[in-house]
Amino acid sequence: MQHKGIHKKDAYWLGFIALLTMLPMVPAVTANSFHMHVVILILLFASMSQAWNIIGGYCGQVSFGHSVFFGIGAYGAGMAVVTYGGMPWPGILIGVVLAAVVAVVISYPCFKLSGHYFAIATFAIVEIFHRTFLVWDWVGGALGLDYPLVKEGLTNLMWYDTKTGYYYCALVLFLLIFGTVRWLEGHRFGYYMRAVREGQETAESLGVNSTVVKLAAIALSAALTALCGAFFAQYNLRVDTPMVMSLDMSMKFVLITVLGGSGTLVGPLLGAAVLIPLQEYTRAFWGGMGGGVDLIIFGLLIILMVVKQPAGMIGIFYAVRKRILKRNIAAKGESADGAP
Amino acid sequence: METFVQVLIDGMLNGMVYALVAAGLCLIWGVMDVINFAHGEYLMVAMYVSYWLGFLLKVDPLLSVVAAGVFIFILGAVTYQLIIRYTIGRPGLVALLATFGLAVFLKNLCMNWFSPNFLILSDTWLGDKTLQLGNIIFPVPQLVAALLALVVIGLIYAMINTTRFGWAIQATALDRDAAELMGINTERIYLVIFGIGGACVGIAGGIMPSYLAVHPEVGSMFGLIAFVCVAMGGFGSIPGAFLAGLLVGSVEALAGFYIAPVFKYIAVFGLYLTVVFLRPKGIFGW
Amino acid sequence: MALLDVRDVTMKFGELVANDRVSFTVESGSIVGLIGPNGAGKTTLFNCVTGFLKPTGGAIIFDGADITGYTPYQIARLGAVRTFQVVRPLKEMTVFDNVLVGAFLKTSDNREAFARAAECIEICNLESLQEKPAGELSIGGKKRLELARALATRPKLLMLDEVMAGMTSTEVKVSVEVILRLREGGITLMIVEHVMEGIMPIADKMVVLDGGVKIAEDAPDRIINDESVIEAYLGAKYAQRFKARKEGGLIG
Repeated sequence: MQHKGIHKKDAYWLGFIALLTMLPMVPAVTANSFHMHVVILILLFASMSQAWNIIGGYCGQVSFGHSVFFGIGAYGAGMAVVTYGGMPWPGILIGVVLAAVVAVVISYPCFKLSGHYFAIATFAIVEIFHRTFLVWDWVGGALGLDYPLVKEGLTNLMWYDTKTGYYYCALVLFLLIFGTVRWLEGHRFGYYMRAVREGQETAESLGVNSTVVKLAAIALSAALTALCGAFFAQYNLRVDTPMVMSLDMSMKFVLITVLGGSGTLVGPLLGAAVLIPLQEYTRAFWGGMGGGVDLIIFGLLIILMVVKQPAGMIGIFYAVRKRILKRNIAAKGESADGAP
Repeated sequence: METFVQVLIDGMLNGMVYALVAAGLCLIWGVMDVINFAHGEYLMVAMYVSYWLGFLLKVDPLLSVVAAGVFIFILGAVTYQLIIRYTIGRPGLVALLATFGLAVFLKNLCMNWFSPNFLILSDTWLGDKTLQLGNIIFPVPQLVAALLALVVIGLIYAMINTTRFGWAIQATALDRDAAELMGINTERIYLVIFGIGGACVGIAGGIMPSYLAVHPEVGSMFGLIAFVCVAMGGFGSIPGAFLAGLLVGSVEALAGFYIAPVFKYIAVFGLYLTVVFLRPKGIFGW
Repeated sequence: MALLDVRDVTMKFGELVANDRVSFTVESGSIVGLIGPNGAGKTTLFNCVTGFLKPTGGAIIFDGADITGYTPYQIARLGAVRTFQVVRPLKEMTVFDNVLVGAFLKTSDNREAFARAAECIEICNLESLQEKPAGELSIGGKKRLELARALATRPKLLMLDEVMAGMTSTEVKVSVEVILRLREGGITLMIVEHVMEGIMPIADKMVVLDGGVKIAEDAPDRIINDESVIEAYLGAKYAQRFKARKEGGLIG
């Protein structure tokens, strides 16, 4: 029965991860630090979007507020290093816990809102946090936090010469978050999240406390998002509000997941693998031409994808596979007809 | 006390313009259940239309209002034909993300063509004129914009409630299939609604260069404030959006003056959250 | 002691009284039918018992505990589980996963839950459909899914809201068999039905509602002869004819 044991899909994933682990050993990749940068960003944004996918995709609560949690994580790491001059680790831990707590506190009333009211409430929350952090001196205010030059390595979670260290950190983040979601998919909590998405009243009639499920999902999602935020700060060696806690950042979580395929394990990776190179290479290529060309293309692509393929790229994949299967069957049928 | 009244009046004048921007969004939301994320960018485009007419052809924004309204009407109709049409009947997120793409596209197109610089139109008819009533000072451009907003909102409200076309809109909003069976071309209603929604924000954007600088980011905040007004007023209620617009304008001005300028938007978004946590469907919602 | 004890339950929507001091009991191990014409207040009463509505008066005692005002999930966890009259499949999940959600109520262990789900799928004849998205099932399939899903929670009391409505007579027969099998397995059943034919032969007791008031509570063979029931259900004219025929010795 297909509900038990290791799926064929899992075997593909393990193979893919093995390839990723060996990637820095390919000299052509490591030699060009820009390619390396793009790969790291793909892993990071795939992880962020997967964290969003827990609450937005699996549990069906479309939040536009995730940059708040991302920012809390980034500020946690940033303040530990810049404000308090220590290692980032305690800050990361505090950021992760705080993000989960904030998520539960602000989501509890928001989950009572429906549809557009919920979406706009999450916009409003991002704006409130964004503006508060901009004027809050303790967290660095409008100037932001610039990292000092310290010794590189895992203790300080910083590297200057090569990006290989960051690459493996991103890979660990990726494995942690994708692994968590893969585990959830096959266990009670994962089924409960999907049940709440598909029909809250039905889920309740089967003994599911939908409020608790949603709050647990957002807490987990926020904590993992904060972890990504901390990595982002360590990678950029800088934290400021527009960069980590803006509406544009919030939209990226949603867009990448929806483009790839919301509520699926592979969706966030597909979305990031397409959008991030597009964003980075167009920016590098057309960045000088009065600006905005990369985002013009980005905007058009979003419109096209959302309108033409709302199931995301995974939807295209399934549609193509279906067509091929059909063609094979049709081909077989013809030869059968042709036989005397 | 006088300062308080002055600040309040400034806020209310602004609030009426918010109400006009929100009315367009509200119409679209109420009839089609779509959030147009590019609404703020429509405003920005309208401001550019008015600015360039003023800069190149010396047309005053007061006259450009018509051109900007028509231009955004067409932009809205085109948006409907090319994008929104395909999102009707799909989950609300689809239209929102598609129009977010449109917003990114429009914002960066203007950035690319017109640079991110602030463009200011000088020597307009209304300019920096003021009107003094007792101790209260009315800035003329804002006053005219507010009156214009009042007139347009009134016309739209009257159209919806008194004309045959308005009844057809109401029928479509209530039950699209039933309206279709009654012989109403709902596809055309949607097209026109998107156009009218655009025209509202086009008119608002047309007059604004009289007193505001034009730049690619100018629409974003207006767009967000319009969402807040519409949701706070309640699902598709134009009087609700109007009231919410006034409230938002006042709160923004008072918080900006009495607390600190940076707190004005925090206060506005905080107000929204307070309202919907108490009344999850907005003030006039059911 | 009765497994379910409904005491003077009243439900008002503003001025409208949907249920007026309705009382009845469901004995452990029995099948109780709740019937009545359209608008009699069956579904309202059902929603009160299952926690989807909070009754404006009265009390509901389940398994010795006062569950009045409990939320649906709390009631389900105590072992009183319902199905919906208007079917509510978790559309994009497969049939198997739908049932699995129910099975996870009593266990978080995957193996146990999968086994329970498979068992319930088999009981409700859904094996051939189990990998399909629930949204793609026919209406009869969806009704069976409702039953399988509720059953997977291992309920003490299973409350079925018009599971047989809209089924073909063969499907009704199959459902009746399933229900009898469940009772043998020790599950108590409360069944709301609009059509009498399916439920009459299997029920131990019938509760009849009309206009929000309980008009009878008795064994099916006596209910069928109860004049007030016949009048409420079939109209005064039929009641007279029925009486005439009975006096003429044609029936009974």
